[in-house]
Amino acid sequence: MRLLTHNMLSCNIKGVTNGYPLTIEASKWMAKEVDFNGDFLRNIFVKIEWKVLIEAAKVMGYTDLPVEVDSSMLNSDEFLQKFHHALLEIHVEEGALICPETGRKFPVHKGIPNMLLNEDEV
Amino acid sequence: MPRPELQAPPEIFYNESEARKYTTSSRIIEIQAKISERAYELLALPDDGVPRFLLDIGCGSGLSGEIISEKGHHWIGLDVSPSMLDVALEREVDGDVMLADMGQGLALKPGSIDGAISISAVQWLCYADKSAHQPRLRLKAFFATLYRCLARGARAVLQIYAENIHQHEMIMSYAMRSGFAGGMVVDWPHSSKARKAYLVLTCGSTSFISSLPKAKGVDGETCSDGDDSEDEKNHTVCMSERNRARKKMKITKNVKGKEWVLKKKQQMRNRECSVPPDTKYTARKRKSRF
Repeated sequence: MRLLTHNMLSCNIKGVTNGYPLTIEASKWMAKEVDFNGDFLRNIFVKIEWKVLIEAAKVMGYTDLPVEVDSSMLNSDEFLQKFHHALLEIHVEEGALICPETGRKFPVHKGIPNMLLNEDEV
Repeated sequence: MPRPELQAPPEIFYNESEARKYTTSSRIIEIQAKISERAYELLALPDDGVPRFLLDIGCGSGLSGEIISEKGHHWIGLDVSPSMLDVALEREVDGDVMLADMGQGLALKPGSIDGAISISAVQWLCYADKSAHQPRLRLKAFFATLYRCLARGARAVLQIYAENIHQHEMIMSYAMRSGFAGGMVVDWPHSSKARKAYLVLTCGSTSFISSLPKAKGVDGETCSDGDDSEDEKNHTVCMSERNRARKKMKITKNVKGKEWVLKKKQQMRNRECSVPPDTKYTARKRKSRF
């Protein structure tokens, strides 16, 4: 699971009003090289919750992302490279995602998060 | 062969041996790829070379996702069958996959997705596989969350194999109730095998219905396997009717008219039989409601 996906995921247990962001608990992660595409990054930038991305990257030990960002930085190649690496190249392999409100754990196994809910959570 | 939907719930039906077919059977792969291509075409993403972020609902082994990757877009997929996702891992698909049940709602941030496709998946929602399942609630949860997570103006193209017209109507009605605009595009409507129904939905735009894409294979196009190139060029077909046009009732012109009746009556009178008098009612046509 890439951090892009993590940035989009929220918890949809019935009754949970603020199921975003899910906290990452990672025991194994890896970096896979992905083709760089600046247009995609510029396009997706507005949809990314930056703070969530920074926090998630920190869990995986990647701390090069700047804390404050604005859209003018999208012209800088250096920034885009970092953004690209954090968003698309870091994969969570084993661990869990934790709902901020209920503390419910969604296990991540072989890079696949299990978002299935139990019957009483629907 | 009975429909897979009637045999077992999806997470059980798509077991390892069934999932294996999606890597070994070239026929399944070819059909899936064709449908995915068409769904992508119906998605009508702007042709500006910018990669989008798409969602594949019921991604299975990632065959449809591969088409998206080929076009240069990023995608995430969800599926309820772990075996199918294992196959997706083996195939090393480019997108992220997750194990989730669309009937429980999509666990995604609002406005995050630029477009969604789904190949032969949504009709599973019409079946209650567990005691807690209520198809209507599941459809409602699915479409409501799909609407929420799509960006404004984004499209969703859902290819469905509905069992009958009631399922079609049920799926359509819940899509419309969730706020989507759009409609059904039926390719090859007169062929039982090649017939494919696509639900093309858009959110945040009501002027869309008039611009619904055209279906294939309506005006006498043939649907043999070898006419791919023709498919691409020939977009002159129109949105299909669900039923064939009825043959017009034959109007037989050999009904005998008033003159003939009067002549016959006169002949009988000449033979001195008792014949009713000629009035304005003679040989007049009965009212249609008779």
